[in-house]
Amino acid sequence: MKPPVATLIHSGGPPAPEAKIVISAKRLSVWYGSSLALREVTLDIPCNRITSLIGPSGCGKSTLLRCFNRMNDLIPGARMEGTLEFDGEDLTSPGVDAVALRRRIGMVFQKPNPFPKSIYQNVAWGARINGYKGEMDELVERSLRRAALWDEVKSKLNKSGLDLSGGQQQRLCIARTLAVEPEVILMDEPCSALDPISTARVEDLMEDLKKDYTIVIVTHNMQQARRTSDMTACLMLDDAAKDGHRTGIVVEFSTTARMFTNPQDPRTEAYITGRIG
Amino acid sequence: MSTPATSSMYEPKRLGRRLAGPIFGALCLFATLIGVVVLAVLLGSVFALVTRYATSENWSSWLANVGGLSSYLGNLLSRLQSSDPESAGFRAGVFGSLWLLGMVTLFSIPVGVGAAVYLEEYAPAGRLKQLIQINIANLAGVPSIVYGILGLAFFVRAFGWEKVALGPTLWAGSLTLSLLILPTIVIATREALRTVPNSLRQAAVALGATRWQVIRDHVLPSSIPGILTGTILALSRAIGETAPLLMVEAAGSILRVPRGPGDRYTALPVEIYSYAKQPEAEFQTVAAGGILLLLALLLTMNSIAIVIRNRYGRGPRN
Ligand SMILES: Nc1ncnc2c1ncn2[C@@H]1O[C@H](COP(=O)(O)OP(=O)(O)OP(=O)(O)O)[C@@H](O)[C@H]1O
Ligand SMILES: [Mg+2]
Repeated sequence: MKPPVATLIHSGGPPAPEAKIVISAKRLSVWYGSSLALREVTLDIPCNRITSLIGPSGCGKSTLLRCFNRMNDLIPGARMEGTLEFDGEDLTSPGVDAVALRRRIGMVFQKPNPFPKSIYQNVAWGARINGYKGEMDELVERSLRRAALWDEVKSKLNKSGLDLSGGQQQRLCIARTLAVEPEVILMDEPCSALDPISTARVEDLMEDLKKDYTIVIVTHNMQQARRTSDMTACLMLDDAAKDGHRTGIVVEFSTTARMFTNPQDPRTEAYITGRIG
Repeated sequence: MSTPATSSMYEPKRLGRRLAGPIFGALCLFATLIGVVVLAVLLGSVFALVTRYATSENWSSWLANVGGLSSYLGNLLSRLQSSDPESAGFRAGVFGSLWLLGMVTLFSIPVGVGAAVYLEEYAPAGRLKQLIQINIANLAGVPSIVYGILGLAFFVRAFGWEKVALGPTLWAGSLTLSLLILPTIVIATREALRTVPNSLRQAAVALGATRWQVIRDHVLPSSIPGILTGTILALSRAIGETAPLLMVEAAGSILRVPRGPGDRYTALPVEIYSYAKQPEAEFQTVAAGGILLLLALLLTMNSIAIVIRNRYGRGPRN
């Protein structure tokens, strides 16, 4: 009844052909202990594009995102199977240097989490621990400018990062990520704690960052996925197994334009039109 | 129709509900007062004991009495032990206790904080960790005299192996007290580490930090107020301990200030104990004066803990 996963993946056609593939997942499954959270995800993240992950709560979007920078390592019992290729390396293999990987694949969290340090230190710390040799003041300014925060904080760089508003804090977190010059930026619902104006600023920022970075964003906001992203992957919970446990799967992966105008999978269509999820 | 039916379903016990809160509040206030009153009575009786002999009978000259009390305590500080209450003092004990304080600090903080950091930040969840945790919690409840016996057998006598036995020296005393407060320090430090939000660790890890960098730059700085507060309170406990020191032979009859960690020593509470045992009533005054000195030392340490908490207490907000 259900078509096999492989055909679903390509139902949207190949992702924008001119783009290089940065991260490539093939039949990637993720377990938390003995429960399967994600089953056989096959997905290519194109370079200098924004890829959004959408789907109902609990379907494994954050789980998938955390695979990309091995943040799941922090969760006891979490493990991956299949292949996840980044820069010629299989991230599922235990020999991967996760610490070095995380500098190259940065992450912005759902809840703004600046360090309880000065704004300057918030940006400088990541660069310093990664052995940044250049001029630090210049890097801090450049990162804050890039995150569209410089003008608001340039006069109070020594104030605590916690004294900023939520939207400013989130841009500070983005600046902090940019300061270590990653290749990919993962964003897990970065705007869910922000008002529409702050959200718009972050979205503008993403559009600007796209020139130099590859962005993967998880969002519950269909409009946001539609506005910002080039590619969209829709995840769903599969039909309940015998024991009632439900596993996340990718039901459709295609260009955003196609996903929102002509979804191939009935579940995707139901989700994006608001009938389920 | 439906409105009266629904509202009749709710019958708050108005009187009982209104009374329960104030009654509970009064009980809590009473509990607080017990502590405060007992402390006041204790302090008052100690003061009374000291002032009975140390100051003039004329209470109208209150200032003179305060002056008399402080000069009396000053004398106690400058005199060694004596069988004559007129010239008896706590000089050896005060210096012994300060030596102990310094050495216990050096031994117990690195080990205690290190163990707590290992358990909270490194140890994989599992049987072993659970076993260690239960053990530490139990050790915190072991009576101090038991640590005294351990210290005597292990540090002072080394189970009869004389070459390595430390003898009744500051080494043995401070190591015994360090063991005694180690569980408390581990537990306090773990509590402090647990208040550091995981979002902070994740933020640092996601930037490509190693575990050590995260601990050094974020976890420890954020938890240092809690660590220091707990540690200073544990150290205060060590300084007030008498029983284990008696066990490890911090003899009451030491007549000089220790010159180094290998020296024999006595401690303030031990001297208080040996004066209080004397039959002459005058010695009770000396003992009470010693108690005031000890209280002054403890209050100083606790105020340092409070200052630290207030100064660095503005930890992460979320
Ligand atoms: N640390 C964890 N330990 C065990 N199971 C987990 C853990 N984190 C997530 N899970 C499980 O994995 C599944 C997917 O969770 P995940 O957080 O990835 O969902 P999500 O799509 O991000 O949901 P949301 O939209 O609500 O953020 C859920 O069933 C969840 O219970
Ligand atoms: Mg999530």
